[in-house]
Amino acid sequence: MNVRLIVNGEVLNAEVTTPISLLKVLRDELHLLGTKDACEQGECGSCSVLLDGDLVCSCLVMAADAHDLPVTTVEGIASDGELHPLQQALIDHGGVQCGFCTPGFVVAGADLLERNPSPTSGEIREALSGNLCRCTGYGGIERAIQSLIEVEER
Amino acid sequence: MTARTQTGSKVRKGVGESVPRPDGIPKVTGHFAYASDLYAQDMLWGAARRAPVAHAGVTHLDVAPALAMAGVHAVLTYDDLPAKRFQGQIITDQPVLADGTIRYWGEVVAIVAADDPTTAAEAAQAIEVAYEPLDPLTDVDEALARDEVLRKAVSYRGDREVHGEVVVEATYETATQDQAPLGNEAGIAVPDGAGGVDVYGPTQWTHVDHEQLVDCLGLRPEEVRVHPTGLGGAFGAREDLSLQTHLCLLALRTGRPVRMVFGREESFAAHVKRHAARMYYRHEADRAGNLIRVDAKLLLDGGAYSMTSPAVVANAVGFAVGPYRCPNVFVDGYALRTNNPPSGAMRGFGAVQTGFAVESQMDRVAAELGMDPLEFRLKNAIGPGDVLATTGQLITEPLPTREVIESVRAMPLPDDETSTDARELPGGTGLTTPRSAVVRGVGYAVGFKNLAFSEGFDDYAEARITLTPVGLDIHTAAIEVGQGMVTVLEQIARSVTGIEDVRVIFDDTSQIGSAGSTSASRQTQMSGGAVLKAAEKLRDELFEYFGADALSSEGMWRGSQLVASLPEACLDRDFSAHVRHRHQGSEEPDENGQGNLHVDFAVSAHRAVVDVDPVLGLVRVVKIDTAQDVGFALNPMSVIGQIEGGTMQGIGLAVMEELIVDHGIVRNPNFTDYLLPTFLDAPPIEAVLIEQPSSWGPFGAKGFAELPTISSTPAVVAAIRNATGKALTRVPVRPEDIAL
Amino acid sequence: MEIVRPQNLAGVFDALELSPDALLLAGGTDSMVLVNAGALRPDNVISLRNVKELKIWDGGFIGAGVTYARLEHSDVAALAELSRTVGSPQIRAVGTLGGNLGTASPAGDALPFLAAVDAAVELVSGSGSRVMAWDEFLTGPKKNALEPGELILGAHLPDVVPERTAFAKIGVRQAMVISIASVCVTRDRAGITTVAMGAVGPTVLRARGAEEMISGEAAPSEAALDEFQRLVSEEARPITDHRSTEEYRRMAVGVLARRALERCLA
Repeated sequence: MNVRLIVNGEVLNAEVTTPISLLKVLRDELHLLGTKDACEQGECGSCSVLLDGDLVCSCLVMAADAHDLPVTTVEGIASDGELHPLQQALIDHGGVQCGFCTPGFVVAGADLLERNPSPTSGEIREALSGNLCRCTGYGGIERAIQSLIEVEER
Repeated sequence: MTARTQTGSKVRKGVGESVPRPDGIPKVTGHFAYASDLYAQDMLWGAARRAPVAHAGVTHLDVAPALAMAGVHAVLTYDDLPAKRFQGQIITDQPVLADGTIRYWGEVVAIVAADDPTTAAEAAQAIEVAYEPLDPLTDVDEALARDEVLRKAVSYRGDREVHGEVVVEATYETATQDQAPLGNEAGIAVPDGAGGVDVYGPTQWTHVDHEQLVDCLGLRPEEVRVHPTGLGGAFGAREDLSLQTHLCLLALRTGRPVRMVFGREESFAAHVKRHAARMYYRHEADRAGNLIRVDAKLLLDGGAYSMTSPAVVANAVGFAVGPYRCPNVFVDGYALRTNNPPSGAMRGFGAVQTGFAVESQMDRVAAELGMDPLEFRLKNAIGPGDVLATTGQLITEPLPTREVIESVRAMPLPDDETSTDARELPGGTGLTTPRSAVVRGVGYAVGFKNLAFSEGFDDYAEARITLTPVGLDIHTAAIEVGQGMVTVLEQIARSVTGIEDVRVIFDDTSQIGSAGSTSASRQTQMSGGAVLKAAEKLRDELFEYFGADALSSEGMWRGSQLVASLPEACLDRDFSAHVRHRHQGSEEPDENGQGNLHVDFAVSAHRAVVDVDPVLGLVRVVKIDTAQDVGFALNPMSVIGQIEGGTMQGIGLAVMEELIVDHGIVRNPNFTDYLLPTFLDAPPIEAVLIEQPSSWGPFGAKGFAELPTISSTPAVVAAIRNATGKALTRVPVRPEDIAL
Repeated sequence: MEIVRPQNLAGVFDALELSPDALLLAGGTDSMVLVNAGALRPDNVISLRNVKELKIWDGGFIGAGVTYARLEHSDVAALAELSRTVGSPQIRAVGTLGGNLGTASPAGDALPFLAAVDAAVELVSGSGSRVMAWDEFLTGPKKNALEPGELILGAHLPDVVPERTAFAKIGVRQAMVISIASVCVTRDRAGITTVAMGAVGPTVLRARGAEEMISGEAAPSEAALDEFQRLVSEEARPITDHRSTEEYRRMAVGVLARRALERCLA
C-alpha cells in the first residue's frame, strides 16, 4: 500500500507491504538517514521525530498508521540552511561526540525549548530522560541547552 | 623534552583552545554518514544465523531450505570457508563460522545474502540446525580448576616470608559490562571486480582487521582494503572483528556488495564485553600505615574465545596494586576460557576490575588502621622516582598521584540536599523515597593505568601531511570514534605550522600505514605525536625550500615578506611529509612479571557524593568531582567531555549496568533491561585538570580517556559504603545488596 | 498488509467483522516492539489512532486511547504520578491506558491504580458492551478476558475516588525503567484504605489483609504501620527474575506501601 507522509513540509510517498515502522520507512525507503536506529524498543530516543506535533520514537510508529500525518525529522530542524540555535549550541558546548544520539537530542531538545523556553535543570533532564547518550555523560548537552536559556532571559 | 618551535603561535584554533568539532555540523543536522547509513548499487543484504545455546554440538546443519528461497544468493557455513578458518587479533582461535561446536550464546552458525533484509532474515531462520546440548562451563573458578587458561600473567616481587601486622582479606566481583555504543554494528563489503574487496565497518584498528581478513579470505594484502566509517561510539567494542569477515565472504561469493545492519540484540551478541572478574585479595600493612604486602588471585572471564584477553589480564595484574608503594607483591592473574560470551576490550581494559578491588581494599586497610583513607593513600602514593609495585620499573615520567588526591580533597563538597523534588531523590520519578529516608555518603578512589601498548609491543603510528593550495591534509589510520581525534590532530598541525585550514582524512589500509589501535589511551600521544613530527618535517622542508622563516595561512614568509602563497607553493611541487612515530618502547615481562613493561602511566581521583535510601537500597549519585592527570589539555572542552562520559560509564558499572549471563545465556540483550544511565541519573561532574607535561606527548599531552572510568566506580561504591556501612564487594551494587 | 484507520467505533467493528484477527493498534509501544523483533506480523491492522470514543476522558471514564501524556495532568494524585513514570516522554506521548490493560503485564504501571480504586473495564464489540471488574478482566500474566471481536473501550472509575491516593514504583534508574515493584494506595475520609501491588505477582494484586487491618485505624501508630507493611509484604507473590529477586520484591513492596500510605495520611 502507498503511505503518504508530509516530511519536513514535503509530501513523500512510500510503498509499504509489511507493518514496518516509520523509522524503517524514513531510513530505508525515503533515505532520510538522520533519524537513527539504535534499539527499536523505544528505550533510547535515537529515532525521535515529531509526529503530528508529538515527540515520539519513530521505531514504535507503524508507518502505515502515519499516513497523511506531518513528520519532522532532524533534517527539518535547521531552516533555510541556518542551524537551529540548539544545533549550534550542541557543537559549541561539547554536546556532540560520536553523534549517534545527537539527531534524537536535537529533535527532543528543540521540542522542549518550543514548549518551555526557560526549563529548569530538572525539567531539562526529565524531558530528555528518554534520550540515551553513551559518550558525553550529558554534561555538554545540558550546558548547550542552558546557554540558550540565558540568551532568552537577557 | 624536545624543544618545540611553535611558529604558529598566533594561529587560531590551535592547541590549548576548546575548538569545536569539525564534524559537528553534519552530526547535528543528521548528515554524518555512519556505518549503518552506507548503501551501494545492486547491494544484497546479509544476515547471520546465531546459536541460541551456550554450548552444544551441531548435529545437523542443512542450508538447502534457505538456498531454495527466492531472492537468496548465498548461504555459507564453516565448510565453505576459503582459507584460514579462525580469526583473532592475538590468538587466532575464533572460528569464522561455527566449527561444529557452539561455544557461546550468539555464535554464528551460517551467513546468508539475499535481495532484501526480510528475505535474508527469513532465509537465515530457514536453515535447519539441530544441537546436542553440552554442559556449559560458566564459572571462572571451575574454569581454573579445569585449566581452561587463555593466559596466566603474574607479578612476583619481594619476599614471600614477609608479613604485615594488619591483614585485610576479601573477594571482589565485577559483573559483565557492555560498551553499549549507541550505534549498532553495521557495514558493507564491496567486491572490486578483480577478486579483491573493500570493506567498511566498525573498527578501532583497520590494519589489524586487515591482517585477519587477508588470512581468512585467502587474498593478497593488496586485494583487501579496510575503510573506516562513521562510528556510533566504540569504547572497546570495535577492537575485535564483528561482521567484517562475514561481509567479505558473502561479497566475494556473490560478486555483489553486501550490507549487514544489526539490531540491538544482535549487537549485544556480536561484540566483546568487559570481562566479569572474581578477585581474591589480601593486603598487609604495618601499624604505621605502610603497605607491606599484597597477594591477589585475579580470575577474568574471557568467554569462549581469546580476543584481547591476553592483554587485558596483563593489565589487570599490572595495576592490581594501584599507584602505591608496596615491596612485596604476589599476583596471579588468569584469563579463563568459558562458555560465556567472549570478553575483550572496554575502556579501562583490566584496570577497571582491579581498580575496584584494590581501592576497596585500600579503604578497608585504612579503616583497620584507624587512618583517614586519603592519608593512607597519600602515605603510600608513588610518583616519579618510585617503582611500580607490580613490575619493579622506575617511574620516570610525571605521575601526580599525590596531586590528584589532594586536589579532589580540596574541592568544595555540595551542600546538604533539602529538595523534595523527586528528581533529586533516590528512586527518582518513581516517588519511592522521602527526604527523611535519605542518608548521604562520600567516597574517594584513585584510578591508575598505563598509556599506549605495553609488554614490548612494537607500538607505532603513521601520519602523512600534504600541503594543499588552501592548507594541509592530514592522512591517518587513527579512528574517530567520537572522542575528538579529528579535532586534536588538526589543532596540533595548526600550532606547528601556523596554517589554519587543516583537514583530517581518515584513510583506508591501502593509503597509509597503521596508526595502531584507537584504544589504550594512546592516540593523542601516538597519532598526535606522528602528526606533530610530520608537521614539523613539512614546515622545515618548506622553510628550507623557500628560504622562509615563518609560515601562516597566507604562505611562506621571510621576515615580513611573503615569499610564496600556498597555491604558489603547490604549483612549484608537491610538499608532503610522512612519519612513522614510535614511543620509547617497553620490555616483555620476565618469568616473575618484572621489567619495564609499560611506557607511561596516568592517574586520576574521584570523589563521589551519594544519597542512599538504605531501606530500599536505592542510590542517587548527587555529585562527582574529579582530578585528572592529563599532561596538557590540547582541547579542554574535549578533555572535559571525555572525563564526563567516562565517569558516567563508571557510575553505570557502579549502580546499574550488568549484562546478566545465566548459564551462558544473556538474559537482557536490550535497552529495556540493560540499563544505561539516563539524563536524570547524571550528576554534575566537576573536574580539575592536573597539567604536568609529558616528555613525549605532543605539547606535553598525555592520554587520559580511560582513567575517569577506572576511579569513578570505586568512588561511588565507597560513598555507598560510607552511607550504609555495607561491605559491597560486587558491582554493580544492586538494591538488594544494600537493603537485604 | 492492510490497514484501516476508522474514525469511530462503528468503523472499527465493521473492520473487525471483515478481519477478526486484525491487530488493534493504539500507541504501538508494545505491539511495535514485537513487530520490530519479527515476533508479530499482522496481515490486517486496525488503527485506533482516530477513534474518537477511545479518547474520551470524562471524569470517571478514561477512554482506552487516552495517553499517559494527558493523564500526567490528572488531578487524581496517583494517576498523575504513575503516568509520569511510564517509559519516557516519547512513550507517554503515544502510550495509552488501553495498552496497559491489553498487554496485562503484571508490571503495567497503570494497573495498580485501577485495582486500588476498583475500576471496571468496559469492553465493546459489534454486538454490544460488557463491563467487568478489573480483577475479572486481568486473568493472569499477560492474559485478560478480551474475546475475539472485542476491544477495550476504557476504564470506569468509581463515582468518588478516595481523596488521598499515592503511587510509587521501584526501578534501578531515576527514570525510564520497568517496575521491579509498585504500589498504589488510596485512603478516603473514613479511613478506608486500599492497596494494590504491581510486579509482585502473576497479575496486579490487592493486599486485602493489610487494607482491612489499617482501615480500622483512624490515626495509625508506628506499630500499626509496621504491621501494615508486614502484611503487604506477606500478601505479595513475587518471583525472582532478571530484574530482581523474590526476597527483595517482597520486602520492597511493603516499604513502598507504607510510604505511600504515609503520603496519604500526611
